[in-house]
Amino acid sequence: MAVRVNWRQSVAFTGTVVKYLAVAMLVPLAIGLLYGEDVVVFLFSIGIAVVIGLALERLDDDPQLGAREALLFVALAWGAVALVGAVPYVIAGYGTESTLRYPVNALFESMSGFTTTGATVLGAISLERHSHALLMWRQLTQWLGGMGIIVLMVAILPEAAVNGAQLIESEAPGPELQKLTPKIAETARLLWLFYLGFTALYVAILIGLHYAGMAPNMDVYNAVAHGFTTLPTGGFSPQADSIAAFSPAVQWVVIPFMLIAGMNFALFYLLVQDDYVEFLRDRELQAYLGANAGMIVILWGFLFTGSAPPLELGGVTEGALENSLRQATFQVASLLNSTGYATSDFAQWGTTAQGLLLFAMFIGGSAGSTGGGVKVVRWLVVIKAIRRQLFTTAHPNAIKPVRLGGHVVDEEVIRAIYGFTLLYLLTFGVATVLILLDAGRVGLEMTTLEAVSASLATLGNIGPGFGFLGPFGSYLDFPATSKLLMVFLMWIGRLEIIPVFVMFTGAFWNE
Amino acid sequence: MYVVIVGAGEVGTAIAESLAETHNVAVIDIDGNRVEALMYDTDILGIEGDGTDLDTLEEADIEDADILIASTDDDETNIVTCSTAMTVTDAFTISRVKSAKFLRTWQQSERAFGIDHMVATNLLAAETIARIVGLPAAQDVEMFVDGLVQMAEFEISESSPVANLTVEEADRYESLTFAAVLREDAVIIPRGETVLEPGDDVIVIGSPDSIHTFAHELEPDTDGTPNILVVGGGDIGYHTARLLQERGLKPRLVEQDHDRARELAEALSGTTVLESDATDREFLEREHIDDVDIVIAALDNDEKNLLVGLLAKRLGAERAVAVVDSGGYVDLFEEVGIDVAVNPREATAEEITRFTREYQAENVAIIESDRAEVLEIEITEESVLVDRPIRESVADLPDGVVIGSIARNGTLVIPRGDTVVERGDHVVVFVEIDSLEEASSKL
Repeated sequence: MAVRVNWRQSVAFTGTVVKYLAVAMLVPLAIGLLYGEDVVVFLFSIGIAVVIGLALERLDDDPQLGAREALLFVALAWGAVALVGAVPYVIAGYGTESTLRYPVNALFESMSGFTTTGATVLGAISLERHSHALLMWRQLTQWLGGMGIIVLMVAILPEAAVNGAQLIESEAPGPELQKLTPKIAETARLLWLFYLGFTALYVAILIGLHYAGMAPNMDVYNAVAHGFTTLPTGGFSPQADSIAAFSPAVQWVVIPFMLIAGMNFALFYLLVQDDYVEFLRDRELQAYLGANAGMIVILWGFLFTGSAPPLELGGVTEGALENSLRQATFQVASLLNSTGYATSDFAQWGTTAQGLLLFAMFIGGSAGSTGGGVKVVRWLVVIKAIRRQLFTTAHPNAIKPVRLGGHVVDEEVIRAIYGFTLLYLLTFGVATVLILLDAGRVGLEMTTLEAVSASLATLGNIGPGFGFLGPFGSYLDFPATSKLLMVFLMWIGRLEIIPVFVMFTGAFWNE
Repeated sequence: MYVVIVGAGEVGTAIAESLAETHNVAVIDIDGNRVEALMYDTDILGIEGDGTDLDTLEEADIEDADILIASTDDDETNIVTCSTAMTVTDAFTISRVKSAKFLRTWQQSERAFGIDHMVATNLLAAETIARIVGLPAAQDVEMFVDGLVQMAEFEISESSPVANLTVEEADRYESLTFAAVLREDAVIIPRGETVLEPGDDVIVIGSPDSIHTFAHELEPDTDGTPNILVVGGGDIGYHTARLLQERGLKPRLVEQDHDRARELAEALSGTTVLESDATDREFLEREHIDDVDIVIAALDNDEKNLLVGLLAKRLGAERAVAVVDSGGYVDLFEEVGIDVAVNPREATAEEITRFTREYQAENVAIIESDRAEVLEIEITEESVLVDRPIRESVADLPDGVVIGSIARNGTLVIPRGDTVVERGDHVVVFVEIDSLEEASSKL
């Protein structure tokens, strides 16, 4: 065992990821060629990615990552990908009015993309202001980050499969690694295949709707663009009005796919094996769907009875049955699993509805899904463990294991979940205070709810918050210091805190 | 191939590590932490549970398995695991057992207990020791092609006549190939000018006669029948003594327990059984330990084996072989003065791994915990070697491959550059672990 972390290996392997990011940039390059815009931007960006990647790879010609190097690599890789992914924004914005010409903004947009947050600092989102290619790149970053760039690497690169289990565990959401097949690369491939399959199905349905005349605005470009951000629970849209720009038929199609994106993708393997019973028996899935259903009913009640004020923009008109049901269902599904799409400006819905949505934002998707947040399974375990705590107070001699769907949860896992959840809430609290202080420093008007939502929406990879950073607003007005803090929040939120925080401990760097 | 291994101890882990490179492997163990730790080190599917429980086996998709390996530390568990699996799968079952009594039962009938292949750990260890004893200075000996070809690993000592010679100078044997030199952690493929330094381990492949001659060359002062002392009359000690006496050697066996010593004396007619504590210096001096060529420490305790081996060498014994139960101590034992440390678990893992190779290698020897392998391969039409002189085919093979010997219709052919390999030949090759996959697909 090496006494110290061999960071050169981690950095060299990060180079490999950056190098392959150039391959992903071929997609916007192709779009650029198609529309005749921003071709040079992506040629440059590809060149930069390749050069940086090859330069970093030179640090170690055959990296063999140990456990700590793997952890460091995952954290670094996400940082590096966000940095290199910001290059097209800066180049394209050079000499224009685009807010992304500033590197801090570009980095924010890029990190928000890869981490599938969906918070934006674009001043105006429109295909007139930005090229089709650049906006497609913005969409694509979310798709790559959704199932995970590391999982994708393990799936296609033999050299990453060596300690793929370690790598995937550091990246994939949830408390424990789930292996579907004996070979980790095959597991990674399966997960990406489900992801790809759902994306393709979704895009096909959207295009079908368009040609059936039920979705006039949903052309092929938009269908693909939203395909890239629905399944990863991303939330970016090339439309300023998000999903409100499309017909109710489209909105009804988006809802089930958002729900699917928040499910544990490992469960779909059970469906492939015709094991429907086992699929439906999954406690987390039941809790996830139950939480969605419960909150939808409550919110629908608010909207239907007119407790939330009607809006100008795609707003809810009191009592309109289909409309209020659609808005409630859409918004809960979108915020609970951290997608962040909107069909109307929920920032105007009044405090009761907002309180409910804020609560939904705390939940997060399932373990092994593309969703962010704390994750349903962790809340389940925390709730059950607290219930046991109360029970054993009354019956000190009772031995009560915590069970989840018939399986006993290991005490070690419970402790880790407690630790994670506390750390998450602590980070959220500290970040909220820092954002408020920073706003005070530059004299930015901000309510506490806005600061709370900013901190929660970036840490939980959700995207839109309340008030001026609502679904049709943007994070543009924050000072650069706050934006950098939020870049950090998105980064640790996506990797579930531990891989990043551990790098700041002395114990990690010394034996 | 899909292999299910039950038991994630030293044996199961070693097998999983060898097989996971090229096969799908699932490992079942009752201890969840063990399974989880293994899952991060090796590319396997870990399942926590009891291998004798059908539900656990079904969770591991046992019906799709090609091979089931029961390698826990408990004989009965392994046997029951195989019998349980047999009810739902046609997988080839391999069971590890410690005691030879189950092996005898199993040999009585076809597929007793539903086991297709049984590996008796203690017997295997005894066989390994007996092979090593047969060759002075040998660290490891394996047989190929029904004993026609032998592979051996020797340590070059300071006093060895071949120390500091080049391979070209040392290679004066008709049918012997220097396959590799192991220097510290490196595997060196020898060229004519490679120098054999003291402390190196050299691996040779060739006819048993030539290897025997070479061994005596290394240790010139060994002649006649070796004087052997086996310490410890447990299962391993008993089988070692039995195998040695079958070869016409007259070993002496030391056993402390009176009743057991009596039992052994009755069972082993060609062995002198002595009842004593082997760590008693006076006893050792009385038995002229300084005349002993090889002392074999086979007590059921690693520390005692180390003590006996070192003490015997201190008092003048030529070589010490010790049984080490914990694999982690093998190198340490050899570091402090034991000449050869034999780990029954490692031997078992290697034996089982042999059985589960996908290519037609009928026989595999694993060198120094998986740094390299020696394989016996039957040449088919697909092989790059077939119908060409070796000189030509070498270009198509990776660097870490050495062709050691060729057996054709029961006779040995010495591989030279112009030798043409024919279909049906059995070729014994040395392959470095990094080249293994490429080499085995091409041969």
